[in-house]
Amino acid sequence: MASSGADYAVWLRGIEKQFPGVIACAGADLRVRPGTIHALLGENGAGKTTMVNVLAGVYRPDAGEVWVNGQQHQFQSPADAIAAGVGMVYQEFRLVPTLTVAENIVLGAAPGLLRTAEIVERVAELSAAYGMAADPTRPVWQLSMGERQRVEILKSLWRNASVLVMDEPTAVLTPGEAAELGSTLRAMAEEGRSVIYISHKLDQVVAFCDEATVLRQGKTAATVDNLQDVDLTKLAEMMVGTSGGGNVDRPPPRDRGPEVLSLQNIGSLNDRGLPALIDINMTVHSGEIVGIVGVSGNGQKELAEVITGLRRPTQGRVALKEQDVTGASPGDRYRLGLAYVPEDRLGVGLAPKMSVVDNAVVRSYKSQRRGLMLVMDRCVEFCQILVERFGVRVGRLNDPIAGLSGGNLQRLLLGRELAEQPAVLVAAQPTRGLDVQGVAAIQSHLVEQRANGVGVLLISEDLDELQALSDVLLVMYEGRVVGEYPPDVTPRSILGSAMAGNPPT
Amino acid sequence: MSEAALVGLFVATVQFATLVFLAALGELIAERAGVLNLGVEGMMAMGAVSGFMVGLETGSPWAAFFAAAAVGALVGGLHAMVSVVLGADQVVSGLALTIGGLGLAAYVGRNVVGERPETQFTDLGIAGLADIRWFGDIFFDQPPVVYLTVLLGLAVWFVLARTRLGLALRAVGESAPTTDAVGHSVMALRAGAVMVGGAFAGAAGSFLSLYMAPGWTEGMVAGRGWIAVALVIFGAWRPGRLALGALLFGFTLALQPRLQSFDIEFLGVQVNRISPALLGILPFVLTVVVLVIISWRYRHRPSPAPAALGLPYRREER
Repeated sequence: MASSGADYAVWLRGIEKQFPGVIACAGADLRVRPGTIHALLGENGAGKTTMVNVLAGVYRPDAGEVWVNGQQHQFQSPADAIAAGVGMVYQEFRLVPTLTVAENIVLGAAPGLLRTAEIVERVAELSAAYGMAADPTRPVWQLSMGERQRVEILKSLWRNASVLVMDEPTAVLTPGEAAELGSTLRAMAEEGRSVIYISHKLDQVVAFCDEATVLRQGKTAATVDNLQDVDLTKLAEMMVGTSGGGNVDRPPPRDRGPEVLSLQNIGSLNDRGLPALIDINMTVHSGEIVGIVGVSGNGQKELAEVITGLRRPTQGRVALKEQDVTGASPGDRYRLGLAYVPEDRLGVGLAPKMSVVDNAVVRSYKSQRRGLMLVMDRCVEFCQILVERFGVRVGRLNDPIAGLSGGNLQRLLLGRELAEQPAVLVAAQPTRGLDVQGVAAIQSHLVEQRANGVGVLLISEDLDELQALSDVLLVMYEGRVVGEYPPDVTPRSILGSAMAGNPPT
Repeated sequence: MSEAALVGLFVATVQFATLVFLAALGELIAERAGVLNLGVEGMMAMGAVSGFMVGLETGSPWAAFFAAAAVGALVGGLHAMVSVVLGADQVVSGLALTIGGLGLAAYVGRNVVGERPETQFTDLGIAGLADIRWFGDIFFDQPPVVYLTVLLGLAVWFVLARTRLGLALRAVGESAPTTDAVGHSVMALRAGAVMVGGAFAGAAGSFLSLYMAPGWTEGMVAGRGWIAVALVIFGAWRPGRLALGALLFGFTLALQPRLQSFDIEFLGVQVNRISPALLGILPFVLTVVVLVIISWRYRHRPSPAPAALGLPYRREER
């Protein structure tokens, strides 16, 4: 073991970083050898994102050293980190949607005068060299998530980054695209670049990566020099500190209850005025979980919005408990028994700057009000019940909710939506980005609601989750339902090709 | 209507268009960088009074013009300080700038009210072209500020569309975190854009006090700063459309004081008998109509507004 950073592509040493009320990193270490793909593992809030943001010059550490390619650095800004050879691909892509692919790639590293034709040509050469197809002249908003990720990687290559950091890179990809990403990253590693790969998907980590660092509560809990020697269970154990978490036992299907939600011939437009849903027909019965399979951006968001009344369908009919609600407001639908856990927890689901209590009661103040007045004691009491029943870890109930971690936000949101015993629950990506315990908790709540006779529409990108929880799977592709499959007996390959628009007949 | 009156109407149209275009161009730069500056009215007032006073002192309209631009940049810098560096609410800061700017301009200029400048911009008769009937007067015999403004418009278009700086400015108006992550300074870009925008507004104000209505009186900007703000929306944040909008608003502004002398009937109403107070609101009615049309046209499309407009950026906020 070397005692200086000289042998490593990246050496983050004793990193400490504190945010108001949260210790994100408490002396964590990360060492990455050149030419390797290094997995950075850990639950939500373990400090992974903070570590890589320190490496990318976004956060300045309170204490600790940053070494890149044998040089110690004190990054004052992302520009310094880029100059040192660090390329960062964030989970939420840092692309400007209105600019073209080429413009996004050269942004920050462009010549003073833009000769568009020349830049387009050079970008095309670069993408050909790495086998990543991307039309340089298209605006980024027209691209799929997989294409956007390629643009992000090309952006780092354009700057000749020697270290590429990827935060949850496969969350938005189809299985095929994920495999492609794996070989791109391998090609980069073989050129001597290093890749830091943050993920929760342990099977992919083992398939793609050479070595790993596991973070727990802001500290380095374990390092693995050769991932091929470690099995999945062991890795999961290292992350959570305890064994278990993961699969949920789903009781066998009961007799289906009455129809609680039905969509007939639904059509709708997306925000850009293009068709997002085309002739959608589906029903959800009491006591079943209907899983919507598909790569995001194929109409799932619009589907949830049409059902919940946030988007007006251009045609068709929505019925809740056999009542036509096509023109009803979101509030009316809620009162009829429709609960909604939106994909964008902190934007649509909860109001970030309002307190935990305010967020808990904002959906319905029926039992917390007297006339026009809110009874604060009852609000707090209601919130406390939710917090306890759903195991939300909070500081003070009057603090802004934005301080909670993803898993706790989701627990509170789900608790609020379920507080008045709905008949239908629409859950969009309810476990995305949550840690192992959070996923297990949310999944078991969904199964519990099914047992209570709630009809659940589960929109997810996680095939494991959909197959484990659903009673029936509907595959969406480009705004249509292209196939209906029984979850237990359908092979992955069939679902995969349906998700890519080629349902086997 | 006589031929001379008609030519006069269009000569004034070009000048009013120049006035609002110059101010709106500055606002466009700031907004493309993601900073809403509602202080245009105040910045124009400060430019008008300081330009006029420097003009009195030096006798040089150019010195006055550039001094007004410098004052505008300084006042814009105040908005940049508060809203970009400190991250305060841009609407509040901008409104404060308008209210404060108008008040300060009235104070600074209290002793020069009613004075007349000795020299002012002379119309630039362009050889050979100025003599063309009608068009010569309207397009080729205007003060130099008109032509400078046209050049500035072309320059702003070129910088935004064809340079690294322009790409960075457009990007920072769409997404500050992205621009930061690729290594541009969000603060420098935005503060710079606001200050340049302020310079444009200040210069526009001095065009008013040095040429269009030589002299200084309180309230002489008379809402033209607000028209500039609306014009940016009308122009969908693009210099070319901004120029078209400026001509339309310029025409309305030029028409409004002249309507009273027009002995014509329109929709059964004798135009010259409409109350001047009502005619005075014409540009603002147009503004509201335009806003309605714009938001209707974009109801199914992403708004042409810069996505990060009005959003302050702090790097370490989670």
